[in-house]
Amino acid sequence: MVSQPKESIVTKIWHEEPESDNPFAARISYCSGFDVYGDLLGKIGWVEYLWLLLRLEPPQPGQARMLEALAVGLANPGPREPSVHAAMCAGVGGSTRASALIAALSVGAGNLGGARDVFAAMHNWVDCGTDLEAWRERIRKPPVDERDDVWPPFEHPPGFDPNGAGCPMPVRQLLNHLTALDAGPVLPWLQQNREALQQEADAPLAFSGVAAAALHALDFTPEQGEMLFLLLRLPGAAAHALEQDRSWAKFPFFGNGLTLTDDPGPWSPDHE
Amino acid sequence: MSETKGPELLARCEDNWVTAMGAWFPEGRVVLRGKDVLNDLGHRRWMEYFIYGINGQEDPRFARFVEGVWALTTSYPDPRIWNNRVAALAGTARSTGVLALAAGVAVSEASVYGLRPIKGALDFLYRADRKLSEGAALEDVVWEELRTYRNVFGYGRPITLADERVGPLMKFAHSVGMGKGKFIQLAFEVEKILKQSRLKYQMNIAGAVAGLVADEGRTPDDHYYMAALSFVAGMMPCYIDSRGKPEGSLFPLRVTRIDYKGTPERRWDET
Repeated sequence: MVSQPKESIVTKIWHEEPESDNPFAARISYCSGFDVYGDLLGKIGWVEYLWLLLRLEPPQPGQARMLEALAVGLANPGPREPSVHAAMCAGVGGSTRASALIAALSVGAGNLGGARDVFAAMHNWVDCGTDLEAWRERIRKPPVDERDDVWPPFEHPPGFDPNGAGCPMPVRQLLNHLTALDAGPVLPWLQQNREALQQEADAPLAFSGVAAAALHALDFTPEQGEMLFLLLRLPGAAAHALEQDRSWAKFPFFGNGLTLTDDPGPWSPDHE
Repeated sequence: MSETKGPELLARCEDNWVTAMGAWFPEGRVVLRGKDVLNDLGHRRWMEYFIYGINGQEDPRFARFVEGVWALTTSYPDPRIWNNRVAALAGTARSTGVLALAAGVAVSEASVYGLRPIKGALDFLYRADRKLSEGAALEDVVWEELRTYRNVFGYGRPITLADERVGPLMKFAHSVGMGKGKFIQLAFEVEKILKQSRLKYQMNIAGAVAGLVADEGRTPDDHYYMAALSFVAGMMPCYIDSRGKPEGSLFPLRVTRIDYKGTPERRWDET
C-alpha cells in the first residue's frame, strides 16, 4: 500500500513545536511568530492579543486603546436588549451556560442592531468612505441582491435604529470618546455628519453604527467586524444569564402580553 | 484498544476512525448502522430513521409514538415560553431561521422544563423501581428523592400546577397499544404521593412520557437523544411570526422596566 502524505491545516495564525514525549501536545505555541506562553503572556493585554489573532501584527498603542474603548462600549447592551434577553431566557430556565451564549450569538447576529448590521454598515463605509453624497445615495438606494439569501433583507439603513427617536446619549458618548482616539478621518467625519446622515436615514445612529465606523477606522474588514461585534457583546449576556439563575418566577413572562387573533375557541366533541 | 490511552491512543487513531455507525462513499452509497440508506432506510419515515440512527432499533410503532409525543406535547407555538422566546427574539432582531432554531434547541436543555426533566424523569422511575425491588416503600423513595434533590423530575410545573397534556397523551398512548405497563402505573402512583404533599406537585408531561417510555425498556440516554429536537416545530412558527412583524416589536421593554436592586450610583475614580 502506498502511504499518502498526511493532510494538514494551513494557517498564517498559529504554529507549534511538539513536546518530546507527546507529538499531540505543543511545547511552544506561536501566534503570528510570537511565543504565546514564553513571550506574550504577561506583556500584552487581551485586546492586543485579540488584534494580533485577527490582524497578525501587533496594534499601535492608539489602535489598541481604541479597540479597548470599543470593547468596553459594547460589552453589555443591557438586559432589555434582545440578545441579552435571550441569554437570560437560558438563565431563568436553568439551561446550560453555553446555551445562554449561543442564544446571545443567534439573536445578536441579526440585522437589527446586531452583527449583521455592523457587517452591512462596514460595507457602506468601504463603498462610501467620507463622501456625504455617496452616503445619501446609498441610504436612498441601498444595493439590492436579486438572489434570495438566508439573511432577511434589510428593513432599515444599516447602523441606524429604526425604532429610535433622537440619538441616545450613550451612543453619542461612545462616538465622542472614540473620535478623540481616532488618528484618521473616519470618526471625526461621522461626528460632524451624524445629523445629516440621521436625517437621510430617518433614524438615529445606533451602537452598531458607531461600532462599524470604529472598526472600519481601525482597518478591520466587514467580516472581521461582524465577528468582533459578536464576541465583544458576550460579557453582558454572560453576566445577566448567570444572575437570573433559574429565577423564572421573577422574570417577565408577558402573561397578559399576547393576544391571539385566530382562535377557534375551546374544542368541542362535535369537532371529532 | 480501549485499554490504550494518551499519545499511543491518539497515534493509533490518527487518520483512522473505525466505525460501525455509518459513512458516505463518493461512488454513491450511504450506510447507517449496517443498512443501505439510498435503497432501504431512506424510504422509511423520518422518525424511524432518526431512532434507528440513535440505537439501531427498528420499531415503526414506537417511532409513531415518539412522533405523536412531539406533535401533542412539545411544540407549543408560544413566544413567551423561554426556548421559543429565544427563537422569536431572533426573528424580531432579524437573524436567520437556523440560528433561531439552533439557539432554541440549545436553550431547551433546561432544568425547570425541557431536556433535563425529560431525561431525569426516566432515570428517576428506573431508580425508584430498583429501590422498590430491594424492598423500599414508594413513599420513602419519593421523600428521599425530594429531600436529596429538592425536586422529583417528572412532577411539578412552572406557571401552572396541572399539565393539560397528560390526558391527551394517555389517550394517544392507548391508541398505539401503550399505557398499561408497570412503569406508567408507577408514575401515577408517585403522583398520588406528591399531590397530597405540601408541594401539591402533579405529574407533568415529562413524567408521563417517561412512564410510557420506561415500559418500552428505553435507556435514559436513548430517551434524551430522541427528545433533542422535539421542540423545534413550535419554534419555527414563533420565529416566522416575529420576523414578519415590525423589527424589534416583540416584547420591547422600556427603561423603567428594570427594577434595579444593586449598589447605588458611584464613580470609578472614587473607589
